[in-house]
Amino acid sequence: MAQKAIREYDAKSILAKHWDKYFPDFTYAYETVMVQNGADLRDAAKTNAWLNEKTLVAKPDMLFGKRGKNGLVLFKDAKPGDVKLEKAASWIDEKSSTAQNVYFSFDGDTPTGEPSVDKLTHFVVEPFTPHEQAEEYYVSATCVGDDDVIYMSAEGGMEVEEGWDEKVTEVAFPITATEDEIAEKIRANVPADVAEKDKAQFAEFCIGFFRAYRELNFAYLEINPFVMQGSKIELLDMVAKLDDTAGFMMVDQWGDVSYPTAFGMEDKSPEEEAVELADSKTGASLKLTILKPEARIWTMVAGGGASVVYADTIADMAGIEDLANYGEYSGGPTTGETKFYAETLFDLMTREKDAQGRGKVLIIGGAIANFTDVAKTFTGIIQAFENYQDKLKEVGAKIYVRRGGPNYEKGLKDIKEAADRMGLYIEVYGPETHVTDIVRMALEK
Amino acid sequence: MERLYTKDTQAIFWNNNKTAIQRMLDYDYTIKREKPSVAAIVAPTSGNKFEKFFYGPDEVMIPLFKTTADAKAAQPQADVLLNFASFRSAYDVTMEALEIGGFSSMMITAEGIPERLARGMNQTAREKGVTVIGPATVGAITPGAFKVANIGGTITNIVNSKLHRAGSCGLVTRSGGLFNELSNIISINADGIAEGVAIGGDRFVGSVFIDNLLRMEKNPDVKYMILLGEVGGTEEYKVIEAIKNGQITKPVIAWCIGTIAKHYDSGVQFGHAGASANAESETAEYKNNAMKEAGIHVPDSFNDLPAMINKVFTDMNIAEIPEPDMNTVPASRRSKEFICTISDDRGEEAHYCGYPISSVATPETGFTIGDVMSILWFKKRYPRWAVDFLETVLKTVADHGPAVSGAHNAKVTARAGKDVISSLIAGLLTIGPRFGGAIDGAAEHFKHANDNDMTPKEFLAHMKKSGIPIPGIGHRIKSLKNPDLRVTGLMKYAEENFPSTPLLDYARTVEELTTSKKENLILNVDGTIGILMVDMWRALDYTDEEIDVFIEAGALNAFFILGRSIGFIGHILDEKRLAMPMYRHPMDDILYDVKRAEEL
Repeated sequence: MAQKAIREYDAKSILAKHWDKYFPDFTYAYETVMVQNGADLRDAAKTNAWLNEKTLVAKPDMLFGKRGKNGLVLFKDAKPGDVKLEKAASWIDEKSSTAQNVYFSFDGDTPTGEPSVDKLTHFVVEPFTPHEQAEEYYVSATCVGDDDVIYMSAEGGMEVEEGWDEKVTEVAFPITATEDEIAEKIRANVPADVAEKDKAQFAEFCIGFFRAYRELNFAYLEINPFVMQGSKIELLDMVAKLDDTAGFMMVDQWGDVSYPTAFGMEDKSPEEEAVELADSKTGASLKLTILKPEARIWTMVAGGGASVVYADTIADMAGIEDLANYGEYSGGPTTGETKFYAETLFDLMTREKDAQGRGKVLIIGGAIANFTDVAKTFTGIIQAFENYQDKLKEVGAKIYVRRGGPNYEKGLKDIKEAADRMGLYIEVYGPETHVTDIVRMALEK
Repeated sequence: MERLYTKDTQAIFWNNNKTAIQRMLDYDYTIKREKPSVAAIVAPTSGNKFEKFFYGPDEVMIPLFKTTADAKAAQPQADVLLNFASFRSAYDVTMEALEIGGFSSMMITAEGIPERLARGMNQTAREKGVTVIGPATVGAITPGAFKVANIGGTITNIVNSKLHRAGSCGLVTRSGGLFNELSNIISINADGIAEGVAIGGDRFVGSVFIDNLLRMEKNPDVKYMILLGEVGGTEEYKVIEAIKNGQITKPVIAWCIGTIAKHYDSGVQFGHAGASANAESETAEYKNNAMKEAGIHVPDSFNDLPAMINKVFTDMNIAEIPEPDMNTVPASRRSKEFICTISDDRGEEAHYCGYPISSVATPETGFTIGDVMSILWFKKRYPRWAVDFLETVLKTVADHGPAVSGAHNAKVTARAGKDVISSLIAGLLTIGPRFGGAIDGAAEHFKHANDNDMTPKEFLAHMKKSGIPIPGIGHRIKSLKNPDLRVTGLMKYAEENFPSTPLLDYARTVEELTTSKKENLILNVDGTIGILMVDMWRALDYTDEEIDVFIEAGALNAFFILGRSIGFIGHILDEKRLAMPMYRHPMDDILYDVKRAEEL
């Protein structure tokens, strides 16, 4: 996936790193730390004097919003703006010790839908910044259709979300727009309710912001709100996504940035991480998502498109409760890479037997390859069979193969012979059989 | 543009991807194309001039170039760029080609080009009216005409899927693997495809579904269209819009894959980078329903797609397409180690560049030794004035007496009792920068100066700066007043017989300047020959690049080598006849200055 969400802390760090280039007329103190527990925070205070000197705000930094409504922003002990280091540290320890309910949508202040439940592991701590509501603003940018769009509002925070249509001015730019065109158009479209005396400064900040969004390859960038007091800027809350395909050009510009999984989602399993690592080291493509490890049907499908139609068909015919994984291998992986990928799957699918006593199903599917050598990749699968034949038999695995492309006759013949020799149940089909028809055959057994 | 490709379409292939190019040529051979579909290969780091590929049982050579600009200049008719650069450089390659111009379409295979760069590249192409296929695609095909790289897979699969000749369907997919699968399904359930495009899996691709379908709507070969979409994005709605407003009237069959995505939250990425629904309207199910409502033929599932294609096709009653003759690519082929482009001894009689030896050998054929040289050395039969000039050169350089170093060496070797070949080689080995080599040097430097519009003064300054005495200028004793009659003869011949002598004219102005400094700094015989050779080739319409290749290859020195061999052999035979004894150089002609070697 090309667009990846990053933590608020990382987003602020990236902007801070390039602050003077994009915002030469503004100052930003960049007083922010990210910690995982109270001890971390106390440690951080040894090198960041302001943590001892100022009153603080603490909140989780885990890719979800509406933290205020979820009661997860610490800004007062007895009264707003009186949080000291020790209070923040103990609050973080308290909040991170047990799983928390987080709601992603609200009707007014009432949460709607089911909460996500997970532990809080990352917090960001910053100085409490007293300011007037009138000093809060909103700005964001993203790509809509073929254009880049900047959204600007004189009101920030929750206000803007609840009155989007009336309060937000949006301006779209084609990808080929020049800096001058952009600057001119932003100046001409400053929201009417920005105070007259602040309009020019607001426009300059938005111009710098939009340029940073473009040049630093953000896919999404939002500051809600930012506080503008003369030339002093505070970034109270940020949301950002990076286009990670630009990573190779942005090594220095982004610095050390991480792509965490969303709150409430399970962390990647070691197997998924191993496949991801292997994928990053090859020109071929190896992808694995474990959906339901105890489920009955496992897929090892070649090709991004084919893997989707297999998943569609299994969901249609068997239902998703039977689908254990999603993934694909393609782009001409080597025999060794294919073997590794197959063994990873076989290991996962043979860990436990089906709860209802049915045999497991392994779909080795694929469309007609353009250039991947089928016999070569199947050699890798056969090698994996060798190592997992006993375990596969233990879970009553029935194997269905369908594939076409370069050398497919040899590949199919080899895999059939090998499975027969090892006593594995296998059915093998070529391009004369419709690509997803083996799903039907497997389910009818 | 009605059709993406025709049977005359030729491509410039960026990156020497031999397997993919061979697949294209196998396809070309199978469908009996007249010219290979790849006209040139850009291989920035290769030092080779061409790459060999099989064309059926034989081999052909495709030229290699270091830059797209060079390839395009040499093959201006090639208007398709197949950009196989990596995701790091694919953007630069595309932008450079857009700048060069003259391309109607570009295919970009790299996956994961930074989105902002891909958007800029796609937009620039759109503004210039260039169709971009990809990025992250396996390409496109017009069956029976032109196939991009690996699309369609192996030649066996291509024939099985009827991709060797035009059918009736216009096919557009996102996925490359499923493109192949669809071609197969269409060949089984209908009559194959007329044009097919896999638009690519990245989020931002150049030409989208609607661009390709609108072109296919205009293409008379396309009778109906199949669209295979994916979850994510809103491109399918543009197709619905075009059907509603009458821009698309041909029947459309469509299916969006990724119906499973609705069961999972956005954390699971199904399929390509472009495949992620950000709103309900981007889900596969929603798009499938919307397309159905708009009158598009939408099956109940991907598994039912073949039956739907069969039904729509059967209802259209399209006349059966005759199967064309095909060539069969041999199962086993061996690449040749050597290449010969000048003569052939395989027939009844050996040929010199297509001329049987008997047709050039005897006097009544009208061929002289100069004719034979022109066809064997330069693969063209030169007009009389040029042939006569070649012979004049040979005769002029045939000998220059026994004292010059080459003749002297030949004589010494012959007197040591060696045979003709050893003695000749001993003589020839002295030919080089100081002896005879001035012909090459004169041609090279005078041409360079003239090409770069240097005045004689600038030329002299340039040579002085490079620290090289001007080759072809200067004689031991001759001067303007006491001219070298060989030079006079050559110049007179050129004046009377060459259509024009621009480089000689230039060289004469240089000579005016040099002789004003010193009398004997005249254009000598080596210089005159080198310069007149360039004038001859220019008059024969060779390009500057071709002439430079001749000079680099050493063709000019070859005249000296061949001509002077006549003289050397004369001297060797002379020694043999005279039965002269072993030569030993007189010791009193050597300055002995030997000191004891220092110990270190």
